[in-house]
Amino acid sequence: MQGFLTLLKKELVRFWKVSFQTVAAPVLTALMYQLIFAHVMNSHGQVYPGVSYTAFLIPGLAMMSMAQNAFANSSSSLIQSKITGNIVFLLLPPLTATEFFGAYLIASIVRGLAVGAGVLLVTAGFGLPLPAHPLWMLTFAFLGSGVLGALGVIAGIWAEKFDQLAAFQNFLIMPLTFLSGVFYSINGLPPFWREASHLNPVFYMIDGFRYGFFGQADVHPALACAVVAASFLLLSSLALWLIKNGYKLRH
Amino acid sequence: MQLTGGAVSRYNCRFSLNTPATMPSAISIQAVSKRFGQLQALDAISFNVEQGEFFALLGPNGAGKTTLITTMAGLTRADSGSVRIMGNDVVTQFREARRSLGVVPQELVFDPFLTVRETLRFQSGYFGLPRNDVWIDELLHKLGLADKADANMRALSGGMKRRVMVAQALVHRPPVIVLDEPTAGVDVELRQSLWEFVRELNAAGHTIILTTHYLEEAETLCSRIAMLKNGRLIALDNMDKLLAHSARREVALKLSAALPAELEALRLRQEEGRHILQLQDLGQLENVLSILRHRNITVRELNVIETDLESVFVKMMNGVTV
Repeated sequence: MQGFLTLLKKELVRFWKVSFQTVAAPVLTALMYQLIFAHVMNSHGQVYPGVSYTAFLIPGLAMMSMAQNAFANSSSSLIQSKITGNIVFLLLPPLTATEFFGAYLIASIVRGLAVGAGVLLVTAGFGLPLPAHPLWMLTFAFLGSGVLGALGVIAGIWAEKFDQLAAFQNFLIMPLTFLSGVFYSINGLPPFWREASHLNPVFYMIDGFRYGFFGQADVHPALACAVVAASFLLLSSLALWLIKNGYKLRH
Repeated sequence: MQLTGGAVSRYNCRFSLNTPATMPSAISIQAVSKRFGQLQALDAISFNVEQGEFFALLGPNGAGKTTLITTMAGLTRADSGSVRIMGNDVVTQFREARRSLGVVPQELVFDPFLTVRETLRFQSGYFGLPRNDVWIDELLHKLGLADKADANMRALSGGMKRRVMVAQALVHRPPVIVLDEPTAGVDVELRQSLWEFVRELNAAGHTIILTTHYLEEAETLCSRIAMLKNGRLIALDNMDKLLAHSARREVALKLSAALPAELEALRLRQEEGRHILQLQDLGQLENVLSILRHRNITVRELNVIETDLESVFVKMMNGVTV
C-alpha cells in the first residue's frame, strides 16, 4: 500500500510541478474554443429546449479536455520513464501490477478533474447552469478520465518512441474526442454519422456529462454510463494484464 | 597488476563456510536459460552465492552478466530455470525477493523532475518505507552527497549521479546488493570511497555481487568469482584457488649458458635472453636448479612470475583450461 501511495504522490508531483503546461495550458485552449465558437455559433438557436449553443458547448469542451489530459498524463509519464530508462526504479521495488496501474490511473484522473474544473471555472460565465444531476456529472467526470487514463497506460507501455505515442494521440485520441459531439448534438447529423458516433465511447462520456448539467441529452444516462463503465473495465483489465505479464517492461 | 596479499580473502566466507542448512543462500540460480531471438544469452546457468560473500561475476561484453543480474532483479524473465533471493523465488515471491535485493544498474539513469533527496525518498517509499530520513541522511553523507541533497538530478555530474544510484539501491537496506559495473566511467576518488563503503557493508553482513571490467577490483575485493562466456558458466571458484590452479608457475631464468636439453620440454618461450619455464608447482624448481648445478650453469637471475586474475581471465576466455 505504501508503495502505491508513494508512486501516486510521485505521479501527482510530476504533473503538478509543470502545472502551467499540464493544467493551465489546456484550460486556456478550451477557453479559446469557447470564445470563438460562442461568437460564431450563437445565432444558431437552441440545441435542446432552453439550452443555448454557448451553454451546450461548455460541458463538451470540459469533458474533451479531461479526456485528452487524462490520456496525456499516464502515457507521457510512462514513455518518458521508458525512454530515459528511469522506469527501472519502478520495476525493481516490490510494487504489484495493481499498485503500479492504480497509481498511474488515479494520477491521470486527478489531472483530468483538475483540467475539467479549470475549464468549467473559466467558461461558466458563458451561461452554464448549476448541474441538474451532480452525481451523474461526477460519475462521468471520474469514469471518462479513468477510461482515457487507462488507455494512456496501455499506449505508454506499448509505444517505444515518442512519435509512436504522438501517432496514437493524433490518429486515435484526437478524432475520438473531436468527433464525439463536443461541438454539436449528434441528432443533427446524417443517419450514417449518427450511427458511427454511437460506436465512439467518448461520445457517451460527453453526452452523459452534459446530461449532468442540463438534464437532457442524446441518449439515456444509464446507457451512456454502462458503455463508459464497460470501456473502463475492459481497458483497465488489458492494462493490468500487460503490466502483470511485463509486456515491453520486463524482457 | 599485483596480487595484494591478504586483501583477497579478508572479506571472506565467514558465512559461506559451515552454513546451517536452514539459512537460505543469498542467491540461488538453478538451470537458468534465456534466449533473445538467435542469441542464447544464458545457457543453463547454476550456482549459489551464500550470505555474507563478496562475489564477482566476470566475463567479456556480451557474456550474459547483465542478463543474469536483470534476471535476479526480475527485469528479465528466464525462459527456464529459477532464481531465488534469500530463499524467495523472483517470480512467484517477487515482493519478498525484491525487498531483499538492491541493484545498481549499469546504465546511468535518473528522474530529471526530482532532487537528490526526493529521488531517495520516493525510492524508499516504493519499498514501503515512508519515514527513512535518518538512513537517507547517512547514505548521503557516506556517499559524499550531503551538500547536493537539494540539487536537481539534472544538475549533477555523471559521477554524482552514479552515487545517487548507489544510494537508491541501498535505501531499503537490502541484505543482498548487486553492483553492475558501478565504477565504469567513475573517477579514482569515487571508486576508492565506493569500495570502502561496500566493504563496510559486506563486513556488516551484506552479501555483495559485482561485475566489473577492472579485474584488479575483483581480485582485491572478492572472495569468489564466476566467469561467464557466451552465456555459459566457465569457472566458479574461490579467488585464491582459481589463481593457484591456474598458476602452473612460470619462472624466468637468466643463465650463464644455453638451456640444457632435458629442460627444453619445460620451456614456454624465450624473452630478452631469459628462458620462461612452466612448472607444475614450485617444488619442481628444486629439480630444475639441481640439473643446472650439475651442468655447472650459473643462474644469473630468477623470477617467479605471479599469476593475476587478468591472465587467468584471458586464458579462460581463450578456451584454455586452468
